[in-house]
Amino acid sequence: MSLRDAAFESMLQRRQLRGMIFEAIAFLAILIGLLTLALLFYDIITSGVERLSWDFLTSFPSRRASRAGILSALAGSVFLVSLMSIFAFPIGIGAAIYLEEYAPRGWLTDLIQVNIANLAGVPSIIYGLLGLGIFARLAEPITGGRTLLAGALTMALLVMPVVIIAAREAIRSVPSEIRLAALGLGATRWQMIRGHVLPYALPGILTGTILAISRALGETAPLITLGALTYVPFVPDGLRSQFTVLPIQIFNWVTRPQEAFHTNAAAAIIVLLAILLSMNALAIYLRYRFEKRLMK
Amino acid sequence: MTSQNIVQFDGPTILKAENVAVYYGDKQVLRDVMLSVPTHKITALIGPSGSGKSTLLRCFNRMNDLIRGARVEGQVTYHDQDLYDPEVDPVEVRRRIGMVFQKPNPFPKSIYENITWGARINGYRGTMDELVERSLRRAALWDEVKDRLHENALSLSGGQQQRLCIARAIAIEPEVILMDEPASALDPIATLKIEELMHELKENYTILIVTHNMQQAARVSDYTAMMMLTEDRNSATVIEFGKTQAIFTHPRDRRTEDYITGRIG
Ligand SMILES: Nc1ncnc2c1ncn2[C@@H]1O[C@H](COP(=O)(O)OP(=O)(O)OP(=O)(O)O)[C@@H](O)[C@H]1O
Ligand SMILES: [Mg+2]
Repeated sequence: MSLRDAAFESMLQRRQLRGMIFEAIAFLAILIGLLTLALLFYDIITSGVERLSWDFLTSFPSRRASRAGILSALAGSVFLVSLMSIFAFPIGIGAAIYLEEYAPRGWLTDLIQVNIANLAGVPSIIYGLLGLGIFARLAEPITGGRTLLAGALTMALLVMPVVIIAAREAIRSVPSEIRLAALGLGATRWQMIRGHVLPYALPGILTGTILAISRALGETAPLITLGALTYVPFVPDGLRSQFTVLPIQIFNWVTRPQEAFHTNAAAAIIVLLAILLSMNALAIYLRYRFEKRLMK
Repeated sequence: MTSQNIVQFDGPTILKAENVAVYYGDKQVLRDVMLSVPTHKITALIGPSGSGKSTLLRCFNRMNDLIRGARVEGQVTYHDQDLYDPEVDPVEVRRRIGMVFQKPNPFPKSIYENITWGARINGYRGTMDELVERSLRRAALWDEVKDRLHENALSLSGGQQQRLCIARAIAIEPEVILMDEPASALDPIATLKIEELMHELKENYTILIVTHNMQQAARVSDYTAMMMLTEDRNSATVIEFGKTQAIFTHPRDRRTEDYITGRIG
């Protein structure tokens, strides 16, 4: 049979044309995304970079834009996510281990799984209301009301579904051969999990937790609902301290009429973005390192 | 029905299956299995694909417990103790009856840790360095890896990985080693190494091995059990058991003869 078949070739040309059109559309899509992002960065950086200085990082907010800084917001953000991590990660990872390794398969487990996925999609302001009701009001004797502790607990609830889902995916990706190898050597279930499942799943779990932290760093709505303050001229000095966080500070500055405060807001956004991007970079780096160690 | 073909072995036996039936959910896979595994011998399990060889093997160290919906009936004993007694912890069973899988499955850790992990969780008290060397020597792997003990086990070749898995299994000093087609993923040279290895291991261990390779069964095993689907093709059982030499030269069952001469399977 001849290799040159006119009918086939014209069809082939059409097929390849279609592929090229799709490729062009896909390229356009990513171009739009990247350009928007670049524009956003450019806009923020050009309007805020002049305001960035050591003083800006180490000053408290002030009525005068030129003297205002983000110290209390930065400290509040760091304390909040640290405290949140202490609550969210052990519980979230523990829940993931239970669901993947111990829970009997059945409608109840399925129901729980579906609902965790649903929880991840609940608007964050709902968590704020929940936190307000439970942690700030009901548990006021413990949390002290609208405090750092109440905020951290609320945020912990907010990121928990994300942590659980990421950890479960990571745990599920552990090959069953490794589990069987461990059990075949006379390991108990926990020895298998501790010795092999968790180390293997660690990069995935870590990535999930870092993404959860990033998410928490950027959240504003639930904390505003909870009643975090907008003017906090001090660094939190304990679990029951009043606090604010970077996004709230930014929000506050953006709503001021004076142009100088908008510049402050842009500078604060640069700081927040820098933190978020370095967290993501860390997640990628850790994942890469662990995978290399694991796979050789 | 076929029990006349099962030569009752009268020497010391370590594992025994009596009237064993296995179900996966509603589906019965094994029925009326009778098998005695002679101590310090190599017993081969042969039979066509789907005849329940892996299933039967897993009955002996309670690996079937790990399969959802699997159910084992009848009696499986180890030194005349019922392995399925509610008092018996499967962890204990697997510690005494080790397993080597069809696909090499070393832990993604160093060669050294692959050996020591099982020993450590089982409370081994001796020197780890000695244990590692001893186990690797017994698995005929020491010379190849002695300079790279702390490299990742996944950097080994498939045949080396499988020998590492054998070394890992013997490091916890089981009495029996179950092997499910341990050489099926290996080239002839690696296969030969594993076969030689089995001959040496026989001194200290009892080996029950599943194999599709008739020459291999004939070469390495002392006893052979032939498994086959029953006439109704719904479930399988051991249809013949005896000395390997006898089975391969004078099979009593027509189906065994057809299978080993390559007419079916
Ligand atoms: N986990 C399982 N769930 C349901 N059915 C199974 C399961 N494992 C095996 N079976 C069925 O049990 C029967 C016996 O399977 P088994 O793996 O024991 O056969 P085998 O003799 O080892 O086959 P092969 O030589 O191909 O490995 C097959 O019909 C198989 O489909
Ligand atoms: Mg099999």
